[in-house]
Formats: sequence, C-alpha cells, structure tokens
Amino acid sequence: MDGVHDMGGMHGFGPLEIEDDEALFHGEWEGRVLGMARLTPVHIPGGMRNAIEQLDPAEYLRSSYYEKWLHARIEGCIAAGAITREEFDATLAYYSEHPEAEIPQAQSGEKPVAAERPAATPPVPSPTFAVGDRVRARQVHPRGHTRLPRYIRGKVGEVVQVYRPQGFQDAEPLDDTVGPQPVYAVRFAGGEVWGESAEPNSCVLMDMWESYLERVPA
Amino acid sequence: MHEHPHNDPAAKTKALEALLVEKGLITSAAIDEVVKSYEEDIGPMKGAQVVAHAWVDPEYRQRLLADGRAAIAELGFTERQGAELVVVANAPEVHNVVVCTLCSCYPWAVLGLPPSWYKSYAYRSRVVREPRVVLGEFGLDLPESVEVRVWDSNSDIRYMVLPERPKSTEELAEEELSALVTRDSMIGVGRAKAPE
Repeated sequence: MDGVHDMGGMHGFGPLEIEDDEALFHGEWEGRVLGMARLTPVHIPGGMRNAIEQLDPAEYLRSSYYEKWLHARIEGCIAAGAITREEFDATLAYYSEHPEAEIPQAQSGEKPVAAERPAATPPVPSPTFAVGDRVRARQVHPRGHTRLPRYIRGKVGEVVQVYRPQGFQDAEPLDDTVGPQPVYAVRFAGGEVWGESAEPNSCVLMDMWESYLERVPA
Repeated sequence: MHEHPHNDPAAKTKALEALLVEKGLITSAAIDEVVKSYEEDIGPMKGAQVVAHAWVDPEYRQRLLADGRAAIAELGFTERQGAELVVVANAPEVHNVVVCTLCSCYPWAVLGLPPSWYKSYAYRSRVVREPRVVLGEFGLDLPESVEVRVWDSNSDIRYMVLPERPKSTEELAEEELSALVTRDSMIGVGRAKAPE
C-alpha cells in the first residue's frame, strides 16, 4: 500500500540523531516485546508488516519501533483468535492500575515452540532475466502489503545478481505466478531515481521479485 | 491512576504477556531467555569475527561474498530460516551502505539488534536520496571518485558490508583485527577503526 511506512526519498524527517553507546533496550518492555515476537506460536493474519502498515498514519509516525511491533502482536493475536479484545482490555486495565503486579506463571506446561516460518518451497521457476539485462520496475500501486517501494516504481535499472527464488510477499499477486519467484538485485543509477537532484556517482540497489519487473527493449 | 493508561506500552506489553502465559502459549522464562541471548550472545561481535576472518583468509573471503549464509555457518552463526545473507565488499573505489526503507530489515544473525538511528525515519527516508550527506553526518566524507551503492533491503535477503581492512594491520592477529571492526562499518556508515 502507498502508506507512510514507504518513506524512501521523503523529505522532512530532519537530521539523524545518533546515540553514542546506545542501550540495547530503552525500557524493559522492549525486550519482552522482542521475546514475544520471537516465540508466540500465533501466525499474524496477513503478517506482521501488514499489521504495522494498518496503523493510522499519524499513529505510525508517533510510535516507536517496538510500539509498532507490540501493536502488530496484540492486533494479530486478536485477529488470529488467540486472545479477545475484551480480555485484553480488561487485563490492560488491571496492569495499568497495578503496574507492579507480577504475571502469574503456569505451574507446569509445555515448553512453547517458536513459530517457524514455513520452509521455502523448492525453487521451480527459472529466471527470465540475466545479469546485464535492463529492466523497469513496474508502475503499480497495490492496495495491500507490497515490498516494491514507491520511489523505485517506473525506474529503469540493470540486473546485477540473480538470487535464489523467494516466496512472493505482496498481499495480492501482480500476475499469474504462484509460489516462489526468482529474485534479482537490480542497480538503479542515482540520476534515474532522483533526476537532477541525485548525488554524483551513486546508485540504489534493490531486490526485485520477477513480477515486479518488465523488460526494457535494448 | 495513570493519565493515559491505554497508551502505556509497558502496561500493554505486560497485559499481552500475561494473557499469552495464561493461555499456555508462552512462558515468561522463555522470554527471559530470548532477552538474555540478545544481551549476551547476539551482537555485532559476530559480524566482526566474520569480517576479520575474511581479511586474513582470502579463500574465506571469496566464499563469504559468494554465499554469506553458508560462510557465516562455518563460524557457527545462522541466519533465521528462509533468510539469505549477502555480503558486499567495500573497495577503494566502491562504498556500500545498507538500509531498509520499508521497515527496518537488518542482519540480526551477525549484527544483533539495530541501533535506533537505523530504524529512524530520517535514515530510512534520506540515505537512498542523499547518501553522501547522510554519511557525512556520521563523519564519513567520501570523494566523488568513490561510487556510493545504497542497498535497500526489501526482501528476505539481509545485507552486511565487508569494510576495507585498515592500513598497517599486517602484524595483527585475527582477534585483534576483529576489535577494529565496528557495527557501523558493517552497516556501511563508517570505516573499520585504525589500529592504535
């Protein structure tokens, strides 16, 4: 989706703020969120990134990285039916009133297994493009989750590497392809992407699933 | 009474953890383990070992650049299932830098958790458009003769930069070399440190 998360090339976010000797976590809760994201055996419908992109744009910008993860995990667990919104709200009300309360631990229980990603399907399709081919990123605007950023759509680049196939991650297919697709590293010259404002001698390289690309006649 | 109890991420986190524990989906002890592993075991020291090994062993360097995932496995490090690792080498005329403009993809297996600036909107929005200006804010000024390659890691491939080996380090052992390899040099916003 053409959302605020797709921020490559946007203006207005100011200079970098670089913390020296930054702490690993800026609050204990961040580590807990990381642990839950790693361990909870609940598949978030549509995936975590999609859940994050569903945030209201102003809320997205206001939220920190781990707040976005937390949001995605809560909404994902509710959407997956693992918890209900009512019980979440009630539990939240309790811990808001009693921030020092300990979490009751189950006496015994199965050791939870980490949620595994499904193994990649064996690579089937052979790549259409080869190193050196000129390709154009398709000018598409999918409403759902996509890994094709706005700033590269319509731009022409050169294939510099052919990678192993990967499962397509967009919410909706862009063509008839089902299953894994060849993925390429494509080099886009700075001037192609940013025109007259490009910095000299620079380029952007991006991974492109095959259905993101169309051939540019020689 | 908190003023905005429902916007408090610590309380929300606790509520979620309590519910997941109650339902037997997770244990707090298992979360403790994950946190501890990131605090103690997983971090840029792994990437630094990979880089130092590549500096001293040309054949390893070749394997690393050809198949990063397999090469870090030789040193006992594993990317998560399904993720590839691609290592891109800096050279006198080429400088690589890594970003993820869409979210904040980062090579956790070799670098640990990303620093805040890597996840910041400023970095994500600007480094693809004005990499030289951004690198300058890190104190890295590159002449125009050096090509700047910005890798926007939008797929399941994670990217790590192989920085150039600093000068006058021929005598150093691999372990001493790895101490020169900074996290920032492996993201591409800095160079490896010079020996003291």
